[in-house]
Amino acid sequence: MSDNVLPGTTPASSRGVALAARGVTKRFPGVLANADVDFELLQGEVHTLLGENGAGKSTLAAMLCGLYQPDEGQIYRSGKPIRLRSPREGLAHGIGMVHQHFRLIPRFTVAENVILGDPKQSLLMKPGEAERRVGEISERFGLPLDPRAVVSDLTVGQRQRVEIVKVLYRGADVLLLDEPTAVLTPQEAETLFATVRSMTSEGKAVVFISHKLGEVMAVSDRVTVMRAGRVTGEVATKDTSARNLAELMVGRPVEQTVRRGTGQTSATPYLEAHAVRLADAGRNVLDDVTLSVHGGEIVGIAGVAGNGQRELATTLAGITAPTSGSVRVGGVDIGGKGAKAARHAGLTFVPEDRLGTGLVPGLSLTDNMLLTRRRSFFVNRRAARAELAEAIERFEIKAPGTEAEARVLSGGNAQKVLLAREVSDAAKDGDVRALIVSSPTRGLDIGAAEFVRELLHQVRVDGGAVLVISEDLDEVRSLADRIVVLYRGQIVLSGASEELTVEQIGMAMAGVKE
Amino acid sequence: MNNSAFVLMLAASMVAATPIALAALGELLAERSGVLNLGVEGMMLIGAVVAFQTGTKTGNLWVALLVGSLAGAALSAVHAVLTITLRASQIVTGLSLTIFGTGLATFVGKSIEGMPLAVDFRPTPWGPLADLPVIGPVLFKQDPIVYATIVLGFVIAFYLRRTRTGLSLRSVGESPATADSMGIPVALFRYIHVLLGGLLAGAAGAYLVLGQVPSWSQESTTGGLGWIALALVVFASWQPVRLLLGAFLFGFSRQLNFFLQGQGVAVPAELLSMLPYLLTIIVLVVWGSRDLRRRVGAPDALGIAYVRDER
Ligand SMILES: Nc1ncnc2c1ncn2[C@@H]1O[C@H](COP(=O)(O)OP(=O)(O)OP(=O)(O)O)[C@@H](O)[C@H]1O
Ligand SMILES: [Mg+2]
Repeated sequence: MSDNVLPGTTPASSRGVALAARGVTKRFPGVLANADVDFELLQGEVHTLLGENGAGKSTLAAMLCGLYQPDEGQIYRSGKPIRLRSPREGLAHGIGMVHQHFRLIPRFTVAENVILGDPKQSLLMKPGEAERRVGEISERFGLPLDPRAVVSDLTVGQRQRVEIVKVLYRGADVLLLDEPTAVLTPQEAETLFATVRSMTSEGKAVVFISHKLGEVMAVSDRVTVMRAGRVTGEVATKDTSARNLAELMVGRPVEQTVRRGTGQTSATPYLEAHAVRLADAGRNVLDDVTLSVHGGEIVGIAGVAGNGQRELATTLAGITAPTSGSVRVGGVDIGGKGAKAARHAGLTFVPEDRLGTGLVPGLSLTDNMLLTRRRSFFVNRRAARAELAEAIERFEIKAPGTEAEARVLSGGNAQKVLLAREVSDAAKDGDVRALIVSSPTRGLDIGAAEFVRELLHQVRVDGGAVLVISEDLDEVRSLADRIVVLYRGQIVLSGASEELTVEQIGMAMAGVKE
Repeated sequence: MNNSAFVLMLAASMVAATPIALAALGELLAERSGVLNLGVEGMMLIGAVVAFQTGTKTGNLWVALLVGSLAGAALSAVHAVLTITLRASQIVTGLSLTIFGTGLATFVGKSIEGMPLAVDFRPTPWGPLADLPVIGPVLFKQDPIVYATIVLGFVIAFYLRRTRTGLSLRSVGESPATADSMGIPVALFRYIHVLLGGLLAGAAGAYLVLGQVPSWSQESTTGGLGWIALALVVFASWQPVRLLLGAFLFGFSRQLNFFLQGQGVAVPAELLSMLPYLLTIIVLVVWGSRDLRRRVGAPDALGIAYVRDER
């Protein structure tokens, strides 16, 4: 990723221990989320927690910040044992967390979100002063923000800055960042790393959780690897390599392979968009998009988040009606006819937001598997359960069982269940011709990500048409036969993957014309 | 001219608006904390009957008002425990509260049905101001509760917008998980505001018998006002000042009805008795669609219990 980000330069031996966990254990019903975990964070260091989905990283971080309490074991702050009963007590000890799922109030302004719950605020609020202080912090750590902006108007990257400013404002000098880059564009991630650098140079310590080994190597000083709730190793970044870390994490060597189609494609396209335009509030979110995906190929949509990808996906899936133009699946016009019509025409759509639109948090996993079954009126619970059990094994899904509620799954495992349902359906179901997947491997550990790519590849080899929408350029390049770049709702570049260079694609993504 | 039927009607509208506004302001506080309490009607009835009994026994208006309010708060405490601590369904609990409150009020009120009350809140004219044309009788010749309610509306608006606690309250109603992670005691905030809601509903009920019509009648004392208060919160988009205006409009339309009857135009009684049900349906429809709720400005977490260990 970024080579210009240097790990901390102070020798480790001269630094004190900012935060430590000793022998920490946390159980959830049916799951041992953390088992006898030891963890140590030095002052001024960036320490990465690495591990597969469900390894227990978020749980450990939640205990370090006071959101969860350990069942056994002890947390130490600067060498002294502490007990944190709530995030408030964590903040009082200078420990703040930025969650995997943001905790912001969309209707509030940036400043209001930041000062929320601050006991030092006077009873009568002084908005001017709060805004000034927020401005100060955002400047000092390179987190550009307008304190008066309303959060619902902000981009994902900006919202994350608000989260960081929030904990800094409360005086935290230990920051826990749970998969902060999962939602960021490469550029935004770079900015974040610069911020992390400026924080550690002031002596603050950062716990960083990520699946992207490139960034882990670039930004952290040390790495603690977790597997199935246990710590399996701790290494200094300078003594290891990305390949090495991957092995430590999954317990076997992993390679990211490049997969290409056979070159044999169907005569007619299975998925087509013709001159699609979508207007929203007087602006064209999609502008004259013409695109076709044939059976037997994968087309990748690249672009920086917010350039129309989400709208393109929902329009192609029949959910959003285009303002003009047509959308066809297998020759049938499905534009705006709803998800059901699209499904009938043979399209499967895996949305970006998986918990929420894809999975029902309060239903059991089996019921979630059954949700999209359309073959008969009666549900075949036993078959679904068997299928789920198979998926749990093949995808290495960490779940307490087939009857567990979807909400208890870790971020990555929830995705695996949904992908199992959709993608393996598409892979074996004869009448599924087209598959649209948004960010197929976001938040997945490398083992699972490889597996998903293999599945998508299988759909292609079996003659299905696949459209992959992803902000991860490497992913698009390693899978797609053709790449299409979206910028401000327009197709600005398209061509065979082999013939496009990273530079060309990157410039197109940034809207630079050659 | 100050004695013209129309001006008198305007003045009476203020009085008619007061109990609705009081109850709705209370409900607004509870809902801003994320707790929907459909028991307003029940709490008002209890407040009314208890205030009436206390008024008869003590002959002291203010004591009667206080005890009536506390009775409303006591009933809301049941709602708070069930929905906040035990996380029961807010709709079911609230509806049961109304059924329970209505039953209890009927039972307690049997002996006093139709009896008049010796004391009541009287309009106090503001010296010469009360003689101003039109606005004199409307604004400067009302009883103290009318003024207190208006002031309360503005105080709550200020509380929500400008104070730290108000900001915390709004955050609890919008996203309890966020509030919790910022160190705000979610359950405590919900308890306090649900209780305040009950207190105000009780006061509204008390005012019905102490100010508006000094007698108790199970049939007509509230007559569905609690439901109207609930609807009013929605129509006011959870904004206190807008709520005051809405309450006045409602009071006005009620009085207009009497006014028209006086002029010989009759509005069918069935239409009026339908109103509570109609409004309930509207509340439930708006409440039932998350998208609709968001569009009309409802607190995002309204109706949702909060548990920390869940995601
Ligand atoms: N509140 C909860 N109730 C029940 N089980 C839970 C809960 N939170 C986490 N778990 C379980 O604990 C295990 C560890 O979850 P955790 O969220 O810590 O994983 P993670 O390492 O952060 O994974 P990911 O990379 O997918 O985010 C998982 O098996 C998960 O299902
Ligand atoms: Mg996690």
